[in-house]
Amino acid sequence: MTSEPAHMNPARSFQGLILTLQRYWAEQGCVILQPYDMEMGAGTFHPATTLRALGPKSWRAAYVQPSRRPKDGRYGENPNRAQHYYQFQVILKPNPPNLQELYLGSLKAIGIDTSLHDIRFVEDDWESPTLGAWGLGWECWCDGMEVSQFTYFQQVAGFECSPVAGELTYGLERLAMYLQGVESMYDLNFNGLDGVEKVTYGDIFLQAEQEYSRHNFEHADTEMLFRHFRDAEAACRKYLEAGEPKPDANDQRHLMALPAYDQCIKASHMFNLLDARGVISVTERQSYILRVRELAKACGAAWLKTEGGGVAA
Amino acid sequence: MPDLLLELFSEEIPARMQRRAAEDLKKLVTDALVERGFLYEGAKAFATPRRLALHVAGLPMKGQDVREERKGPRVGSPDAAIQGFLKGAGLASIEQAKIESDPKKGEFYVAIIEKPGRSTPDVLAEILPGIVKNFPWPKSMRWGAASREPGSLRWVRPLHSIVCTFGPETEDPEVVRFDVDGIGSGDVTKGHRFLAPDEIRVKRFDDYAPALERAKVVIDTDRRKDMILHDAKDLAFAQGLELVEDEGLLEEVAGLVEWPVVLMGSFDEAFLDIPPEVIRTTIRANQKCFVLRDPATGKLANKFLLTSNLIASDGGKTIVGGNERVVRARLSDANFFWKTDQQVKLEDRLEKLKSIVFHEKLGTQYKRVERIAALAKEVAPIVGADPELAERAARLAKADLVTEMVGEFPELQGLMGRYYATLQGEHASVAAAIEEHYKPLGPSDRVPTDPASVAVALADKIDTLVGFWAIDEKPTGSKDPYALRRAALGVIRLVLENNLRIGLQQVLAQGMASVSGKVMMNRIIQTAEMRLQFEDALEEAGSEISKIAAVVERYSELKSTDEKGAIRNQVTNELRTNLQDLLSFFADRLKVYLRDQGARHDLIDAVFALEGQDDLLMIVRRVDALGSFLDTEDGRNLLAGYRRAANILRIEEKKDGRDYNEAPDLQIVNDQGLIEEKALAVVLHQAREEAAAAIEAEDFEGAMRALSRLRQPVDAFFDKVTVNAEDPALRANRLRLLNSIREATRTVADFSRIEG
Repeated sequence: MTSEPAHMNPARSFQGLILTLQRYWAEQGCVILQPYDMEMGAGTFHPATTLRALGPKSWRAAYVQPSRRPKDGRYGENPNRAQHYYQFQVILKPNPPNLQELYLGSLKAIGIDTSLHDIRFVEDDWESPTLGAWGLGWECWCDGMEVSQFTYFQQVAGFECSPVAGELTYGLERLAMYLQGVESMYDLNFNGLDGVEKVTYGDIFLQAEQEYSRHNFEHADTEMLFRHFRDAEAACRKYLEAGEPKPDANDQRHLMALPAYDQCIKASHMFNLLDARGVISVTERQSYILRVRELAKACGAAWLKTEGGGVAA
Repeated sequence: MPDLLLELFSEEIPARMQRRAAEDLKKLVTDALVERGFLYEGAKAFATPRRLALHVAGLPMKGQDVREERKGPRVGSPDAAIQGFLKGAGLASIEQAKIESDPKKGEFYVAIIEKPGRSTPDVLAEILPGIVKNFPWPKSMRWGAASREPGSLRWVRPLHSIVCTFGPETEDPEVVRFDVDGIGSGDVTKGHRFLAPDEIRVKRFDDYAPALERAKVVIDTDRRKDMILHDAKDLAFAQGLELVEDEGLLEEVAGLVEWPVVLMGSFDEAFLDIPPEVIRTTIRANQKCFVLRDPATGKLANKFLLTSNLIASDGGKTIVGGNERVVRARLSDANFFWKTDQQVKLEDRLEKLKSIVFHEKLGTQYKRVERIAALAKEVAPIVGADPELAERAARLAKADLVTEMVGEFPELQGLMGRYYATLQGEHASVAAAIEEHYKPLGPSDRVPTDPASVAVALADKIDTLVGFWAIDEKPTGSKDPYALRRAALGVIRLVLENNLRIGLQQVLAQGMASVSGKVMMNRIIQTAEMRLQFEDALEEAGSEISKIAAVVERYSELKSTDEKGAIRNQVTNELRTNLQDLLSFFADRLKVYLRDQGARHDLIDAVFALEGQDDLLMIVRRVDALGSFLDTEDGRNLLAGYRRAANILRIEEKKDGRDYNEAPDLQIVNDQGLIEEKALAVVLHQAREEAAAAIEAEDFEGAMRALSRLRQPVDAFFDKVTVNAEDPALRANRLRLLNSIREATRTVADFSRIEG
């Protein structure tokens, strides 16, 4: 093994942490994807998870996903919470029998020694009302801190997972803060270098947090967002209909599941922005969530009629 | 005698499910064995985060042989009958059957069927897969490649292996072989995930438990709890501190470790400015750690105890450091909430309650607060509270629901309101009422005594009850999602334990008026403008049902007079029915409450059977007095006399097809009656008047005393007087006299409901 330069060490470099996790999961046979090019609330929304979790085909992937949660913005003033952060997402379908061991191996790879650290699997059932998805699993604790979510998907988009996929989500900032021993995410060393060459997380994202918090809470154009929500919803339906196979056609595959799902992602983000702006009442809130879920379900149904969803060409 | 050892080894089982699962496993296995005739000496089940284990001691090697005689057809029956018999009894030929005879049937065949007892392992191998497959986990899941197929095994988390051995102590036990969805049973388990991950071969429970202990797994939850508690107390003591014990947390923590190691961490003393309940809640809820107090002052110390699952190579320094970081971050958050919450006054938060839906059909918390405030003000004079204070407290009682702190820790509702109210200079009673208005939360919770607290607590519960009654969401069977039984019990305890005099009917009607009319509004009025007018009119109508109904009629947007009249009747009926229904719900809850206090349910019934019983305190006093009275000889004899009178009346009234409810004609008594009859008439009159006067004065003992004077004349009457006299007029009058006895007892209770 080639020894890595010190500034790549996950205990002192944020990007080193990402690269180490990518390498580790690549070694386990995952395809390493890049972030999906749309705004989303969590790595689970990436079609590589939501859609690929459906259908019979085996699938192993890992990727970083920037996650946007407009409501979590704190104008850069909270050391632990932000409206934009990174998740590292791993999905293995079907889950291998030793998934817990593989996960612990990833902790070891980033320098968490299980003879020193208290690792625990604490019950945490996962549910995403907007995706019509749920699973059982744990939050994984390291010395009392939640460092990952570990879920066995049981249902996605309203469909039973068959086979079940195992999903791991690492909250990268929090994990890095622990590894680097800093109290604020903005103090994280991003590139692992020292002195003038050092770039911190704050150097890159603090201004963005401040600006986007203003945007999310004060200025986001709600009229436009409402319109975009409706547009995305309509487009999703339109694409689903367009891709639906004709009853008499030989090929019964759906042809537009992925573009339709993009619109579902978009609607979901529009809803999150509207929610942050406080323009959705409590009663309406539930109905918006239901509308997104209906889209997700329809996209899941369409996906199951595609090649990726297991239908032979 | 041989033992069974069973272990189901899986990924981490939620702490809250472990104890129940162990008990279920024990019950399912032992029940299945007993059902098949296999008795055992003892069974114990265990649970850790990664395994359920069961030890059944003293099982037989095999089941009992069974000998069964089966009667067959008569000798000489047609061949078909013979063949059927042979087949059914499993015999090869008719020669194997015995011939018996009896006088009726003559000679017939009997088959002796002998079934040797089955070997216990065979039976176990048959029973266990079904138990595993159908295990009653509260939530279960599928996993892995097997989950491609429908109907694959479900378990709480992936199940990895099964140990199942059976055999006597003296020999090597055998592995009971079976397979559950591809997981074969064996004799291999694993120790602690990090401290002893290697495989361990086990024989029987006697070596299983110690082998696991060597592999850093304590299988008994109660022992893990003892270890944690003991170590926690030691560590606290060493620092001159005292552990703040917490049984719920201890149980949970014991379910998160296979090998508990208790460690102490600390946090910045400056955080001790945060209310201690907040510190405890955040450290407990988020970190599952115990807090400590200074025994001298009773105040929290800046220390906490964590329970790790690891004997760490650095003695736990890293683990403590990590936990301290998280506790620090959590307390910083809590401190931030505590400080920011103080910047907004509670009354300025009320507007936000408009966006919190209490219940879809019952409107927002804001509306609810308005109702509770109005009701608390009404109730205040009855409970001796200052109406202004009660109303103020009710207005602020729910404001803390929209604070940051309660948003984060809902269990601190009320308490935070009290802190913030005190800080903003509210009257002490107002602050106390904000916290205490949720109380009592259950049969053992403390009942508030400050009059303002009592007023708001009553208003809160009554509003809940009348609200859910109005929308017909009543408890049914075991389902009570809105905890309405608890609310009614709360009202009962508030009233009784504070010795309050409240006409429940009146108070409930008040609450119902404000909520029911509005619930109905949704059915009858469409325009927002009309709704506002309607609400105003409703407020003026107060709590009288007929007035409310009139308002509904006036404002309903129905066209025809017929429809309007119909809605008026409907409203009147609904309100009346709801009120009666709610009152009888209270009667039921009171019965349960009094029964728990040891009162006789028949005496409660006897009192409730009287008209208009809605003053809880008086009901209870009457039941008490009645109980004491019936314990005396006078009481018992009077009851006997009453029964005799009631029996005769029932028979004669049935015979004559009429009743004798009129007052007896004293002229007839005087002219024709015997001396005992005259005496009874006089005493009856006096006793009844005295009893009624005593009841009026709420002197229930006095009323009973008055009735006790009846005993002697009643006894003498039955002794000397023939009720069924020849002279019809005299007979009728005597029956009326008997009826007077019945009536007299009704001044205190309905004696017909008394048993025994």
